[in-house]
Amino acid sequence: MGQLTGPTDPTADAHWEHNHPRKGFFTDTSICIGCKACEVACKEWNHNPQDGNLELLGSSYDNTGSLGASTWRHVAFIEQGQERIEEARESGRALVSLGMPRIGPPQAALAGTDLADADTTPPDTADFRWLMSSDVCKHCTHAGCLDVCPTGALFRTEFGTVVVQDDVCNGCGTCVAGCPFGVIERRSNGTVKVATSREEQHAKHPTVPNEGIAQKCTLCYDRLVADETPACAKACPTTSIKFGDHDDMVDTARERVATLHAQGMTEARLYGANENDGVGGTGSVFLLLDEPEVYGLPPDPRVPTADLPRMYRRAGMAVAGMAAAAALAFLGGRA
Amino acid sequence: MTLSEFDSFRPSEPARRRRQGVKRGTGRRRDNSDGSREMPMVPEPDFTSYYGRPVVKPAPWGDDVAIYLFLGGVAAGSALLGLGGQLTGRPILCRNARLSALTAVSAGAVALVKDLGRPERFLHMLRTFKVTSPMSVGSWILSAFSAGTAVTAVAEIDRMSGTRLPLGVLRKVLQAVEGPAGFEAAVFAGPLAAYTAVLLGDTATPTWNAAHEELPFVFVSSACLASAGLAMVTTPVRETGPARKLAVLGVLGDVAAMKVMERRMDPIAAEPLHQGKAGAMLKWSERLAVAGGLGTLLGGRNRVVAAASGLALLSASALTRFGVFEAGLASARDPRYTIEPQKNRLAARRAAGVTGDAITTAG
Repeated sequence: MGQLTGPTDPTADAHWEHNHPRKGFFTDTSICIGCKACEVACKEWNHNPQDGNLELLGSSYDNTGSLGASTWRHVAFIEQGQERIEEARESGRALVSLGMPRIGPPQAALAGTDLADADTTPPDTADFRWLMSSDVCKHCTHAGCLDVCPTGALFRTEFGTVVVQDDVCNGCGTCVAGCPFGVIERRSNGTVKVATSREEQHAKHPTVPNEGIAQKCTLCYDRLVADETPACAKACPTTSIKFGDHDDMVDTARERVATLHAQGMTEARLYGANENDGVGGTGSVFLLLDEPEVYGLPPDPRVPTADLPRMYRRAGMAVAGMAAAAALAFLGGRA
Repeated sequence: MTLSEFDSFRPSEPARRRRQGVKRGTGRRRDNSDGSREMPMVPEPDFTSYYGRPVVKPAPWGDDVAIYLFLGGVAAGSALLGLGGQLTGRPILCRNARLSALTAVSAGAVALVKDLGRPERFLHMLRTFKVTSPMSVGSWILSAFSAGTAVTAVAEIDRMSGTRLPLGVLRKVLQAVEGPAGFEAAVFAGPLAAYTAVLLGDTATPTWNAAHEELPFVFVSSACLASAGLAMVTTPVRETGPARKLAVLGVLGDVAAMKVMERRMDPIAAEPLHQGKAGAMLKWSERLAVAGGLGTLLGGRNRVVAAASGLALLSASALTRFGVFEAGLASARDPRYTIEPQKNRLAARRAAGVTGDAITTAG
């Protein structure tokens, strides 16, 4: 059993003997244009079936909704007015003033970390903005899904990522509840081939691969072993999705957030770059322009397994109590 | 006014949701429906969540799993009663408890397998042992428990049928291992009753996770009162003295553990335990448990009262399991139960000067 919480190298923790660097994404939402090329590339490469019947969700330009068994990249779309932009700027500035941890370079860009006097005149649109963010599996250092998987279907790859073996998974669904980000899901339905007419598509769903099995982003494991970039990062036209060694990604993210801060965009912040957080840092790091919950991300996720030793102890006490109650029932007061 | 011939095919605009008690951006409302200004293309977003969509996903578990939570508890308590009957010379209690244990655990296992996405792969549960996975640990506990329970129950069936089962030489083996098997089943009975609480606690489902400290106590108490209730239904009162005591202890434990759990949980994460279907089930569960406990205490020596109390206790336990199960699923479906407790604990840590462990950082 590896470490359940705190900073660690997940690959070494999973007893891989060779020394592959940990791979990861850096998704810079400040340059995402919401084109959804990542969603399409992901679906195509991974042969993921379509979700449902192409319904419009009626809430925004995002009709994908959320990550799921057949959607491993999801572009969130949020429209915000002026007040909300100011609030986001303020909350970002508060984050800087908290003296959040900084590890390693780049120090140069951070000469003045006190952003109280930063020029926050909006650099572009003052009245409204569109936030677009391509969400993906976080490939956590301490992955809730992996920890609770009873069959060993989920495993840690040599690249430090978390992948489901679809010939092993029996669809128990424990991982679905175990993920603090709501990423992994059991595949229930969908269509593989595009139906030629709408009626046909509504009438019947052709065979679905891996139905009843938990599915999520593999960080294109099949491409990584061939030294290729994952499909989404390859397809991203603005380099909003960057792929590389996890450490490089975190450094790039820190540089980028410092640049944005220097430009007065105090709303910029990183998500998942802190290895001391509740999941030991994520393999997929994000640069966000507002609070995480605005994008549908949890504000303070904690891998449930971090508390597992305590839960087992409590359960042990309960078992002792039950045995004591039974003993008392049979032995106590033979009236 | 229509701009396009396809406009009539557009879905009607969904009603804007205004959740009460949630802080929203104040100031101007973009109510421009008089046509004087451009209509926003998307509804005003609810900033406390992403369009009210869930953050975590509910476990894809149906009622089968809640039924298993109940039956597993009944089986566990029955195995303990069976061992007690075996050791203290109560043959009818012993026989009935053993048969109850096997029936309950078999039906529970079938419910579990049925709930899998790929039921034909249920044996994959036993291809590894993972201590970090309560489901894996539980599968092994269930297997070990079932083995002992099956041996004792088959021995009872053989005896009931006047040794007519076609066992041959195996009958001697069966009779030799029957006693030890009763012990073995009882050893795994407690873990069988308690591990399901860890299984629920070790999830990101807000209400289950917030309840992880006390849930094992609720579940073992519920197992005690349910199995004792079943014994009071199946067995004549002259042998159910210990079952009655166990029932009363179970009721006391269940009510107390539930109260402590609700008080110590995050208040927001505890809300689903009081609302809707789950709230109603848990309320009735408590009433039935108390009624069953009082019936046991006051009229447990009367066969009819004992059986009625037993039924009340069984229903109470089933409602507890279904209530907790449903409350958790409901808490996962509403983003509020994920986001608000997390924001509050983050703010509390920051207020206490702990700033190094947030997932959101400035650099």
